[in-house]
Amino acid sequence: MTLLAFDWAFTIEKAILIAIIISISLVVAMYATYAERKIAGFIQDRVGPNRAGPFGILQPLADGIKLFFKEEVTPNPSNKFLFILGPSLAMLTAMMTSAIIPWGGKIELGGRMVDLQVADINIGILYIFGVVSLGVYGMMVGGWASNNKYSLMAALRGASQAISYELAMGLALIALLMLTGSLSLRTITDQQIHNNWWNIVYQPLGFLIFFICSLAECNRAPFDLPEAESELNMGYHQEYSSMKLGFFLFAEYINMFISCTVIATLYLGGYDMPFVDESQLSGITALIVGLLALFGKTFLLIFVFMWIRWTLPRFRYDQLMNLGWKGLIPLALINMVLTGAIVLFMMK
Amino acid sequence: MQLLFWLLTLLTLGSAVMVVYSKNPVHSILWLIVTFFGISGHYVLLNAQFLAIVNIIVYAGAIMVLFLFVVMLMNLNMTSVGIKNKWLTFAGVISGGSLMLILVAALKDASEMRSQLAMHTGDIGLINNLGMVLFKDYVLPFEISSVLFLSAMVGAVLIGKKSENELVNQ
Repeated sequence: MTLLAFDWAFTIEKAILIAIIISISLVVAMYATYAERKIAGFIQDRVGPNRAGPFGILQPLADGIKLFFKEEVTPNPSNKFLFILGPSLAMLTAMMTSAIIPWGGKIELGGRMVDLQVADINIGILYIFGVVSLGVYGMMVGGWASNNKYSLMAALRGASQAISYELAMGLALIALLMLTGSLSLRTITDQQIHNNWWNIVYQPLGFLIFFICSLAECNRAPFDLPEAESELNMGYHQEYSSMKLGFFLFAEYINMFISCTVIATLYLGGYDMPFVDESQLSGITALIVGLLALFGKTFLLIFVFMWIRWTLPRFRYDQLMNLGWKGLIPLALINMVLTGAIVLFMMK
Repeated sequence: MQLLFWLLTLLTLGSAVMVVYSKNPVHSILWLIVTFFGISGHYVLLNAQFLAIVNIIVYAGAIMVLFLFVVMLMNLNMTSVGIKNKWLTFAGVISGGSLMLILVAALKDASEMRSQLAMHTGDIGLINNLGMVLFKDYVLPFEISSVLFLSAMVGAVLIGKKSENELVNQ
């Protein structure tokens, strides 16, 4: 029986790692909702949530419990199976992306080298693209199965937005990959640690394009057209209630956390702490420093995401499409050609 | 490995049959996505991760979304797809049958091919090797096919573009 000839220690190690990463993503996403409301309060000169616990720190728990206890409504003309599949897909794809992010270097634990990355596959970043491109289905299936014209319009809008911005994102990424010569996120991070310069120095335009496209992919304001209340009531999750609605909203926050981590890994040096030589530190210190660096960068990016949301008004649909197709894609193409030419010139 | 292969085959073929037998076009498309996942699984078993992920990005992630778009916007449902044209069925059978004939003819020597693949240690599907083959040995066919794609795109834009008169009238 080849099925039982697994390396069981390896399997258990990865299972524990996956469990830890998923719980961290959930907790971060939970507190991202709290942070968002606090930051919104700060920007709009309000207090923000302050009732549940000290400084309102228990607010996300209260919200979660409220969502669980709400009545679950399934509209009669909806497609029952697909109606449930929609939020499940949204949540599943949000969770799957975290699998290939390197959270830190290798450490030795009980005689085993433990790799703080679930899978170092050689297609690396393409895997993230694959999963992100599937994330659209959660929205589309959910919006269609609701059997509501507003939901359907919002789902179609969301999907066309995601497809348009995926193109510019991919082109920005190609320029980066020309420099690194590798698709593996682990290799990309290691290169940035050894070169002393982060990729943002070589690819400032690419970083900007990638960042804008991430905003659009996460459906964050100013790109939150699928949820434009004033035009579409509430967007693709209008018919959803209780925890199914919670899944859609929650998946969005997980996506934001993961895409910030991906940006930090690709352009901002991943778990590289600036001005610190990691090779001088002992194993466990290096790990803690690395985790602090990665999470610090990620939280900073999440803050910028929220800052943008509470500062800029929403785009109109034609403005969104013009920016994507006539602004970002040509820019990304120029960036790609220039990078290619410079790489070729430097190699000679 | 053997078990995985059979499971994937069952999934792929089962969902492919469901594509044909689903009454609702949206369900057909969703089953087709499952089929693409099965095919990607087979690519991974062949150690061709790049092909697997590109298959998912391009087909499941982009083309199927456009299919869903069209079907959802045209609001096709069970009642409106009742049109059965005898000649259409006939043409479908003939074209499908000839495709199968070609596939069988091409795969007739598959056992010889498999021994060749094994000698190359099975990493032809990895991105480095694939890039080398594509941009060195097959660069001309590759470029020609990309021009073909471009011409299709230009054609689509041309058909979709409004004529000068229509623009003036608006």
